[in-house]
Amino acid sequence: MKGAETFFVDLARAIVNGLENMGMSALGAEIILLIIKFACIAGIVTVNIIILIWLERKISGFIQLRLGPNRLGPWGVFQTIADAIKLLTKEDIIPSQTDKIIFRTAPIVFIIISLMLYVVLPFGDGMAIVDLNLGVLYFISVGSLGTIALLMAGWGSNNKWSLLGAMRSVAQMISYEIPLVFSLLAVVMIAGSLNMSDIVNAQDKIWFVFLQPVAFITYFIAATAELNRGPFDMPEAEQELTAGAYTEYSGMRWALFFLAEYTNLFAVSALTAIMFFGGFKGPFLPSWLWLPIKAYIIMLVFFWLKWTLPRIRMDHLMAFSWKVLIPVTLANLVVTGCVLHFLK
Amino acid sequence: MLETDFITINVGPQHPSTHGGLHAETVLDGEHIVDLKVHLGYVHRSVEKIAESRTYTQFIPYNSRLDYLATHLPTMGYCQAVEKLLGISLPERAEYIRVIMAELSRIASHMLFIGSLAIDIGATTGLIYCFRDRERIMDMFEMTSGQRLISSYMRIGGFNEDLPEEFYPAVKSFLDDLPYMLDEYNNLLTGNEILQARLKNTGILSAEDAIAYGVSGPNLRASGVAYDIRKAEPYGIYDRFAFDIPVGQKGDNMDRFVVRIREIEESARIIRQALKDMPEGEIKAKVPRVIKPEKGKEVYHRIESSKGELGFYIVSDGGEKPYRLHVRAPSFINLGVLPLISRGGKLQDLIANIATLDPVLGEADR
Repeated sequence: MKGAETFFVDLARAIVNGLENMGMSALGAEIILLIIKFACIAGIVTVNIIILIWLERKISGFIQLRLGPNRLGPWGVFQTIADAIKLLTKEDIIPSQTDKIIFRTAPIVFIIISLMLYVVLPFGDGMAIVDLNLGVLYFISVGSLGTIALLMAGWGSNNKWSLLGAMRSVAQMISYEIPLVFSLLAVVMIAGSLNMSDIVNAQDKIWFVFLQPVAFITYFIAATAELNRGPFDMPEAEQELTAGAYTEYSGMRWALFFLAEYTNLFAVSALTAIMFFGGFKGPFLPSWLWLPIKAYIIMLVFFWLKWTLPRIRMDHLMAFSWKVLIPVTLANLVVTGCVLHFLK
Repeated sequence: MLETDFITINVGPQHPSTHGGLHAETVLDGEHIVDLKVHLGYVHRSVEKIAESRTYTQFIPYNSRLDYLATHLPTMGYCQAVEKLLGISLPERAEYIRVIMAELSRIASHMLFIGSLAIDIGATTGLIYCFRDRERIMDMFEMTSGQRLISSYMRIGGFNEDLPEEFYPAVKSFLDDLPYMLDEYNNLLTGNEILQARLKNTGILSAEDAIAYGVSGPNLRASGVAYDIRKAEPYGIYDRFAFDIPVGQKGDNMDRFVVRIREIEESARIIRQALKDMPEGEIKAKVPRVIKPEKGKEVYHRIESSKGELGFYIVSDGGEKPYRLHVRAPSFINLGVLPLISRGGKLQDLIANIATLDPVLGEADR
């Protein structure tokens, strides 16, 4: 059990030692290790998304009394791979009236930003790629950059539907960023650190979801909105805006947006697990298994919400954020601060 | 201040939520609708002109293609209009079968309404539940005529074939399960906080406006006018059945939604009574082989279709083809209020408004 727990940490140390024995400087070895880590993240994310998309389709099928994919492989597990091949081999269409540079870069920016989120996540004990002291702040600030990519897509497409979707996404992201940060701040106040590993270690005795139930609920709502998932899927809103910001995209460019959304989904679910459900802490299994397990369970809730609820109206969405979520999270912050002050 | 401008955006004819080929030229100020113009005609097939080159019998199948979601209702309207023209009265049993098929069509149409409204406001799952249950009605239509969507089961003067044996248990079990189905819709949709927020107080159509624009059917009743042709001017044998007219209060989208759910219950009530009272006997009246109404005779017959007042105006010149046939299509006239109820609302309300007006473009464009 001990070996399994520290398997990846030991492996990393062995690689560094091996490189140094071969006569490489300590800095060089660290850089090569970082590159290996990033490559691993890219690989894990890709495989993970293939599973995720399949899972969402199966679960939406279950909710909607359908079978879901069932042709390729057992329970249709290879469906996503077949879809990916189809998307890769599709003709690359760039409409003639688009702003070509912005149109081309938007999906790349989006996927890079969503991959950057993974850098600070502690996948296990001591298994963050970069153990940043400002981890939570980094995650939130990078996460909000995704809006720029959506705005680029909407503006560059030179399409009114796309522009409407992009404008919606900007309005939504800005409004929901604030309650999201305030909810997380309550957790950070208890943990006394912005470092994600420290926050997880602070949940040794009790998960923060029990100490901060209000913050958890507001966080979860704001996170759903941040992810552009139903019932807050304004930017796409296929029944209203055909496909919102993605209207003009097809083939692999569209797939990149799609991949980035699922990448975000897993990252935010992992963040939820880290901030409220004790992250990689858990009995019996090694720590690097606990985080994915918790993240997947949280993701099931996201799926469930999306496939059950109707889409909220744009003005209700804004009113809900500014008139309900922000006051509630602010009050929660004040109460948390007072309690912490008197407990000291 | 930055200079701002309205954008004109074409909702349709190629759009996911326009129920066919509806084209709404919308002027938007951000998310607000400043103005709206409805363009029609994208699925025009000149059905009325075709009628002039078909005999009365040959024209029967074209009717289902008007309102393909409630297949038996337009067929019934046409057949009754021709029967009125010829002065034929139907055998008892045929009248009862007509009522059963018509009300089943109404339930199917309203179920599809609930499902398409659900998907238009983003609740994808609602569509699948409604389609699952509507499928059972489609199966019953298939038993009677071999056709599911556009079954031309009715004939002028009655029916060619009686209801098959397996139809009775199917319709009975469907009626028994109907309350549970409606419970499921209510739990999934009607009680939902987001759905209520989106439908309540949006797309308000006052009773005065509804009457002034000639709106009919569930849309009119949702505005609080208890007007149903089945009661106001009973055709066929509708005067024999006991049923209520559900009415709304405000005429907003929520009222239009709830009125249709309650109409499903009322239709089920009618079918139960019809199944109980249905006599044995003939199913077809004596109709001349070649239908030639008197010269210069004309008739207007209207029925309560699932969309509203569906009228057929037929003029005969003594030949075996109608001289002129006009369809008063409720979808077409109901769509007239779309700009009125959408102006000043949000873009997302427009989608809900189109869905709750429940137009069938095949009928609106003819």
